[in-house]
Parts: sequence; C-alpha cells; structure tokens
Amino acid sequence: MADVTLRKVIKRYDEVEAVRGIDLDIADKEFVVLVGPSGCGKSTTLRMIAGLEDITDGDIIIGGDVVNDVPPKDRDIAMVFQNYALYPHMTVAENMSFGLRLKRYPKAEIKSRVTEAARMLDITDLIDRKPKQLSGGQRQRVAMGRAIVRNPKVFLFDEPLSNLDAKLRVQMRIEIKKVHQKVRTTTVYVTHDQVEAMTLADRVVVMNHGRIEQIGTPNDLYHKPATRFVAGFIGSPAMNFVPCRLEEVGGRLNIRLTDRIAFPLPAARAARYQNVARNEKLILGIRPEHITEAKQHTEPGVETFDVVLDVTEPMGMETLIYFMLEGIEVCGRVNPNAGARDGAPLRLAVDLNNMHLLNESTGVVL
Amino acid sequence: MVDVAFQPNRVAGAKSARKRSSLKTALKRKSTAAFLMTLPLILLITILVLYPAIYSLHLATLNKSMQRFIGLGNFEFLFKRDTFWLVVKQSCIFAITAVVFKALIGFIVAHFVHNIPAKGQRKWRGMLLVPWVIPPAMSTLAWLWLFDPSYSAFNYTLSFFGIGPIPWTGDANWARFSVILVNIWYGAPFFMIMYLASLKSVPDQLYEAAAIDGANWWQRIWYVTLPMMRNIIAITTLFSLIVTFANFDIVRILTAGGPLDHTHIFATWAFRIGIEGSDIPLGASVSLFMVPILAVAAIFILRDVNKRGNEA
Repeated sequence: MADVTLRKVIKRYDEVEAVRGIDLDIADKEFVVLVGPSGCGKSTTLRMIAGLEDITDGDIIIGGDVVNDVPPKDRDIAMVFQNYALYPHMTVAENMSFGLRLKRYPKAEIKSRVTEAARMLDITDLIDRKPKQLSGGQRQRVAMGRAIVRNPKVFLFDEPLSNLDAKLRVQMRIEIKKVHQKVRTTTVYVTHDQVEAMTLADRVVVMNHGRIEQIGTPNDLYHKPATRFVAGFIGSPAMNFVPCRLEEVGGRLNIRLTDRIAFPLPAARAARYQNVARNEKLILGIRPEHITEAKQHTEPGVETFDVVLDVTEPMGMETLIYFMLEGIEVCGRVNPNAGARDGAPLRLAVDLNNMHLLNESTGVVL
Repeated sequence: MVDVAFQPNRVAGAKSARKRSSLKTALKRKSTAAFLMTLPLILLITILVLYPAIYSLHLATLNKSMQRFIGLGNFEFLFKRDTFWLVVKQSCIFAITAVVFKALIGFIVAHFVHNIPAKGQRKWRGMLLVPWVIPPAMSTLAWLWLFDPSYSAFNYTLSFFGIGPIPWTGDANWARFSVILVNIWYGAPFFMIMYLASLKSVPDQLYEAAAIDGANWWQRIWYVTLPMMRNIIAITTLFSLIVTFANFDIVRILTAGGPLDHTHIFATWAFRIGIEGSDIPLGASVSLFMVPILAVAAIFILRDVNKRGNEA
C-alpha cells in the first residue's frame, strides 16, 4: 500500500521523446488507468514505474521513496503483462509462489497465500497444471494471482485484457474490479480501450504524444473534456465535430453550422461564450446521444432541423444514424421507432445544453 | 447394384475403368505421394548408411584374411587387449570433456553475443562461427604448427614468461589436452549458435516478470533461461556427443593416436587396425563399439526431451 508520484518524468530514446514530462499523483488505494492511442507513451510510463525502463529525467516516488535508481525487484511492485508472461515450465502454484520462494518466505506462509489467492480468483482446481494446459482467461487469472500473492505496494497492469476475446474481456474486467475492491492495492492500469478505462478507473489519465491531455474521473472526462483529443477519444460512437461560428442576431447569440442551419444558444451557453471573438473559427462538439429524433413538445435549448439520412445502423435498443453536414459525417442516436431509414428524410433535435465549443486551431474546449 | 446385375457387360467395362482409376487414386493418396517423394532419400540412406552398416556387421564376423566366419572371435580378441580398453577410456574422456567444455563455453559466449546491441551482433556472430566453418582438416594443420615441438608459437610466447617448453603432442597427457582443446575450439561455435537461437526465442517479458518477482541475474539464468533452453541443450549435447565420439580428423592429423596409442579414440584406432594394419574385420569390430555406447546416451537424452515436449 503506497502512493505513487511522478515528477516531470521524461523518457528519451536516442532521437525520439516517448514521454515528455509527466506529472501525476496517485493516491494510496487508488485505481488509475492510463489510456491513449498506441505510441502515446502510456506503456513506457508504466514500465518506468516498474523499473523496467530507465527514466531520462524527473523523479518517480513510490511510498515516499525516490526509486529512480532502484531495480524492479526492490521496488515492491507486481506487474501483469499483456501476454501473461507465465513461466511455461512451472505449474500454476509454482508460478504464483515464485516471487515468495525467491524471497525465502516460510513454506507454510507461501502455501496459505497461494491458496488464498487461488480461492479469490477461482483457480483452485488448476493449481497443479502447467500454463500450456490453461485457457487465455485462466492464464490471465494466474498472472493476477502471481501479483496478488506478493502483496506488493503497487499493482501494475499492462494491457492485461488485450489478448482475450470480447466476452471474456468483459468478464475479466469485472473480475479485476472485484479483486481491487478486496485487496485495495494502489493500481496503475494501462489500456488503449476507453471502455476499460471508464469502467475500471477511479481516475483516468488520457495520454497523447507522450503528454497527459487530461486527468479526471470517468464522468469528468466524458462530460467536461478539456481538449478535442479527449472529447474525441472518450465515448463510442465518438463525439461529432462540426465547424461553426458565432453570430449575433437581434442581441441573441446564435451558432451557425451551415448557411441553412443556425441555432440560438441557450442562455447559460450564450453567457459562457460571450467573450469569444465572432469571427473565430470554432468547432461544435456534440455527442451522438444529444442528436435524437424531434419530440412533440419543445424543451429549452433543444433545437430541431431537417436532414436526409445516409446510413442507419439498427442496434436494437437504439438506431445509429449518419448524415452529412457540409461534407462532414455526423452521427446521432434515435429511438428504433423513430422511422429512420437509409436515404430517408428525418427531423432531428439537437440538445445544445450538452454542446461543447472548441477553438479550431488550439483544440481547447472553451 | 440392381442394373449392374441385369447388364453383365457393363461390369467388365466398369472393372477396367476402376483399374485405371485405382492407379490415379493411389497416386492421389497422400501417403503414396509422400512415400514417392521421400524415396530418393530412402534410397540414399539405404546405399550410404544401411548397406555399409550391415556390411560392417558382416565384416566383423570374419577372420583377418576375410575368408572364414569366426563369429564373435574378433570381439573376444579385442576384450583381451589392453589397448582396446585404453581406447574405450580415452574415447569417453575425450568425448565427455570436450562436450562439457563446448557446451559451457558455447553457453557463456552465446550470452555475451546476445547482449551485444543488434547492430554489431552479426559481425561478432560471423567471426565466432569461423572455427566451425573452416574444414577441420585444414584448421587442425594450423594447430599442428602451433603445437610443433621445434617452432611452436605457443612455446615461443610462453618462453617470455619463463614457462615451457611444453611437449604439446609429445607427452601422453599434454597430447590428450591438445586434442581436446582443438576439438573444443572447433565445436564450441556450434553450441554458441544453437544456444543463441534458443536464447532469442525466450520472450523478454519472462525476464521482466522474473526481475519484478525479485530474481537476480543468476536466478534469472537458473530459473528462466536454463529451463527454457533444456530441450535445445539436450539435443545439442546429444548431437555433439555423437559427432565428438566419432571424431577422426582432428586426432588423426594432430597426433595420429600417439604417443604410444595414448590419444587413440575409436575411429582413429579402427583406422589404424583396419586400414593401416590390414585387418579390416578387426577394424570393423572396433568401430561397431561406438553404436551401443551412443545408443544408450541417445535413449536417455531423447526420452527426457519427449517427456517434457514443448511446454511453451
């Protein structure tokens, strides 16, 4: 049990800067997920915390001690790898107890810890098998068991579910969450899957190009993204981005999307954007669930417009619709009974209370 | 079936058609095709391996002039000769010492090469393979000059330190040492390249997992590298044991079995007796002794490999 702090951590490989100055405070018992596209430096960051990569500059502090030059074995951490990295010549029990045996724990203690972890992960029956005789999900459990028996200060997960099929991934995701609820060990978890990040994390760290884009709770990131990257990365289907500009008509602030389509802004939004230059190139960010079929009654801030649909995707619970606005594809989510059909016209409603306005050149959410 | 019974002519026609097509289907069958494709190799092995092996068994039962069948007489004669037992002892010492050191040196060098950055690695790999690539008859001649009693380069160098001169090929024990040394020099690169390939196939993440589990350098080799390489080590050792046991050229060129038969091994002694001593049946008997010894080693090592199979 310990907190983990990163201070201006930089990793440079010859010419390339993989991690460009990261500051991160992870509290004791917290579950933090690093998420981002491949090559964003999230795995490198995790490996630096583990001690598998040297840091070029900055400090890494685990439980109050600077561990920059401490080898992995002395950092008291446990790691779960993407391909599990189980020792193929050892049984499940031997795999799980390897770290304890190296540290010369008493035999009885090793046995009780392994039994306890095996029970927690529901792999008691597999304890004498070799990794070859296990399925992917079972191997994943053993890899987690190996981490749990060590009772380390910090758990590190490096894309642990990437090698599992979709169904198993969901199951193991819940399993990981349960394990964390039981053992309450500080956890750093790396994934490229934003669903994993959102469902598991106490706090999510979104990374891009070796930098942290935003740190926040899953809800914060979803509803209050700080940048265009975070807005586009979190949420599926992704947020729509439509070029727009602000204009003042009769003392009211309007947002103009196309020559044909312009909406008056809700009062709260209008106040917030009052100081934005009128000729600034802007982008309207709106999530698909805020573009729905037009309802009978009107609500404040909800504006309607007509489009011709390109493609519809019935999902059962909802239907995803796609249409073009000034050459940009926009996605909405409508009720399956709304009458959305490929190529058919439909009257849609956009909820501007949940809109985001972005500066086109900087990508910052205003 | 019914219309065939009513039209007997059709049956004959069908029969001949089936005959033609049966050749076609036989060719189409995978096992037949596989047999035909391996036939050249089977013939080659029959002519070059099987026939000589059986012929040497036959030879070993004849008398010196190859006129008379004497059963196991040649073997009885061998068992009574001290030189034979000397050769058995020397062959075992030669093969086991050489293989152990080849394996050890190959393992250590493979680790060094493995840790060289990828850019320079090919160069080193190529250079280290040179001893194994040069025909041993030629490289042994070079060693012969290095060991030469009157102008040995080794003795010349050692003389600066006040050591020597050492009778590299003149004294029984030094001669054994020299022969084994050259064999190690020649064979270690083979182990090196096999171990290097096997080292490269061990996933890096296993070492990382071990490092996090708290294993130090030595524990990583003992608990990860060696178990992962066990099959390759076993097979390489077996292969090298066979080749070293049956070695001929190095001993033949360096010492020709001398001094006083103290470096003879099975192959060189069989040559001395059979070809140079014109007792071909006795030479054949000597060479046959390699079979049971190697068979026992092969059974033990391969059983272990089979038992473990591929654990990855």
